[in-house]
Amino acid sequence: MATYDKLFETLGLTDWCDVNKSGGPMSMADLLKQAKGEDASVDDTSFWETPFPSLDELNSACPAIPKSRDFTDIVENSFLSIKDPLKAVLDPITQPLSWALDGSLWLFEATPWFVLIPLLLLAVFYATRSFGLVLFVGITFLIMAVIDHYVPAIQTLSIIFVCTGFSVILGVPIGILMSRSNTLQKVMIPILDMLQTLPTFVYLIPLIFLFSVTESKLYGIAIILYAVVPVVRLTDLGIRLVDKEVLEAAHAFGMTDRQKLFKVQIPLALPNIMAGVNQTIMMSLAMVVIASLVSAPGLGVLVLRGIRNLELGVGLVAGFGIVMLAVLLDRVTKKALARVNAAQKQ
Amino acid sequence: MMTKDPMISIRKLYKVFGPTPSEMMQHVLHGLGKEELLDQHGHVLGLQDINVDMQEGETTVVMGLSGSGKSTLIRHVNRLIDPTAGEVLIQGENILDANADALRGIRRTQMSMVFQHFALLPHKTVLDNVALAPIVRGDAPETYKKDALHWLERVGLSGYEAHYPHQLSGGMQQRVGIARALTSNAPIMLMDEAFSALDPLIRTDMQDLLLELQKELHKTIVFISHDLDEALKLADHLVILKDGKVVQQDEPQRILLQPEDDYIVDFIADINRARVLKVRSIMEPIKLDSFVGQVDQEDTLEDVIAMTGGDTSGTYQVLSNGQPVGQLDLKTLMRALVRTQASASKRVI
Ligand SMILES: Nc1ncnc2c1ncn2[C@@H]1O[C@H](COP(=O)(O)OP(=O)(O)O)[C@@H](O)[C@H]1O
Ligand SMILES: [Mg+2]
Repeated sequence: MATYDKLFETLGLTDWCDVNKSGGPMSMADLLKQAKGEDASVDDTSFWETPFPSLDELNSACPAIPKSRDFTDIVENSFLSIKDPLKAVLDPITQPLSWALDGSLWLFEATPWFVLIPLLLLAVFYATRSFGLVLFVGITFLIMAVIDHYVPAIQTLSIIFVCTGFSVILGVPIGILMSRSNTLQKVMIPILDMLQTLPTFVYLIPLIFLFSVTESKLYGIAIILYAVVPVVRLTDLGIRLVDKEVLEAAHAFGMTDRQKLFKVQIPLALPNIMAGVNQTIMMSLAMVVIASLVSAPGLGVLVLRGIRNLELGVGLVAGFGIVMLAVLLDRVTKKALARVNAAQKQ
Repeated sequence: MMTKDPMISIRKLYKVFGPTPSEMMQHVLHGLGKEELLDQHGHVLGLQDINVDMQEGETTVVMGLSGSGKSTLIRHVNRLIDPTAGEVLIQGENILDANADALRGIRRTQMSMVFQHFALLPHKTVLDNVALAPIVRGDAPETYKKDALHWLERVGLSGYEAHYPHQLSGGMQQRVGIARALTSNAPIMLMDEAFSALDPLIRTDMQDLLLELQKELHKTIVFISHDLDEALKLADHLVILKDGKVVQQDEPQRILLQPEDDYIVDFIADINRARVLKVRSIMEPIKLDSFVGQVDQEDTLEDVIAMTGGDTSGTYQVLSNGQPVGQLDLKTLMRALVRTQASASKRVI
């Protein structure tokens, strides 16, 4: 007999409970109880051990009340029921992400190392105008290449580039819209907070149901959902912080809204937007190991191998490689940001 | 003086800040003041019953203490702020009737603006900043470059066209701001405390620059200032604001000699009258035949005192372009140096 039997008796609901008795499947706990045959001894639970009247507890007294498992079933079933229409909508619009990820991976891998590394160094120089950083990046790649981590490193880099690109393409316009409407900002901030704090695995689960694990967009979406947040936030902030007098000047000289956006707001918000991009890159890097769980190639795969097979060395070296990439990307974007800042300081 | 139509004409202008400004208008029209409106209804009365005519080619200075509504007023001229009631006529056209396109057109061709903190685009070169108006209009670089360089030279900044604003001092940045306004070739120039953020010496330089440019350009300038010396130096027409209301508006000399209320009297109390007042403002019609000497009508009283060497008697003939136009008794001059009381008729009792 269960703790709350008396309650239902007092309320005179025993009949109702029994009429609706459902022969649902037994939970593991019930099975265990049955096996131990301790069904009858429950009545003498002391007052101090009274359990919280949760669904499962009430159910054992009155079978008409659903169990907690039914609740999770409802969540699961409702997701499964909208899965197909959701997939029909999301599949085509996220397809470009798969193409971009696969295409970029192919390009990075197909380009010989003696072409790709100089190209990357050139890009670093163009963005930062700093020989020190070029040297640093060069040495990092050299070390990676010598210890045969070149391919996973550029795979990771390729994924980061594509995901950062998509984050900017999505995040900047959303940030701009947010900066224009206080209502939208109020709606978006909790969503952004949620994206940033939800444990990554939580949105991996529905994604796995929606897309097949072999599709690259699966990990692409997971990374972007997590990494897009700082670009959105800092675009919104940057545009809201644009000097009011400069905006007045834009109006006073007869700028259209478009001119105002592209000639004043975005350029003046650029230091903040770039700071957002820097954070986005760092956050995508933080996701590469988790992304490797769902088939993303790169250094994350090696880390996972280290964990799965207890190959300590492999895991640590790959982890260190990720740190090197992070430091490198951080320094390069910070330096580029500093150049923008220097050109703009008032 | 009053023969031609004013370039800018502000009529019965009211501005109430707050959630329901138009509902507040009836209270304001029933005589509720700025403080009462804020206390009883939580709205800020920015401007009330402003009527000002600004003549073509003249500098109208609007002055008042901080919070008196100067910035609000000047922003109505190019409709950066929409009024709660009233009209703003630019060359007879009410700009409140203009739709968005027409308004942009007016802002691009009819008026330019200079800002207190310069409001330059930090990521653009000095040249691109100066050429903002033609760039916004969509002109090709070869058509405006010469013009922009010309105005940059006129404000004394040749050779700085490739610099960025942050490489220039405050005074130089404001010169860029003035060159930017001039490059728009608009007849109206709005200047909101354009020199207030500058050091005193640089401020004087900029005032001289503006006077010199204005002597040949004859723009219609609306100049905002909280500095009476600056206002007296630049103004053809002086408008004094207090709590969003015009207390007195007139030619500056006349405001000094005939202040209409105690507020103005206090305002002008510390001014060096000898240096500001001019002979033409206090001369009388010619009555005598012989004079101890001659003075020009544009001389300041200080000039005259210096010329007489401290003598306080005698009567001088006043000339304008060499022609006699009046006479000046030194006793009148001495009396004019004494602080004036508010004229009795308007005095608040
Ligand atoms: N957007 C606004 N909302 C509410 N009150 C305002 C706003 N703009 C100006 N005010 C008020 O209007 C008055 C005049 O302001 P302003 O024109 O800036 O004065 P000034 O330029 O003479 O210092 C002040 O009391 C100010 O607080
Ligand atoms: Mg102001």
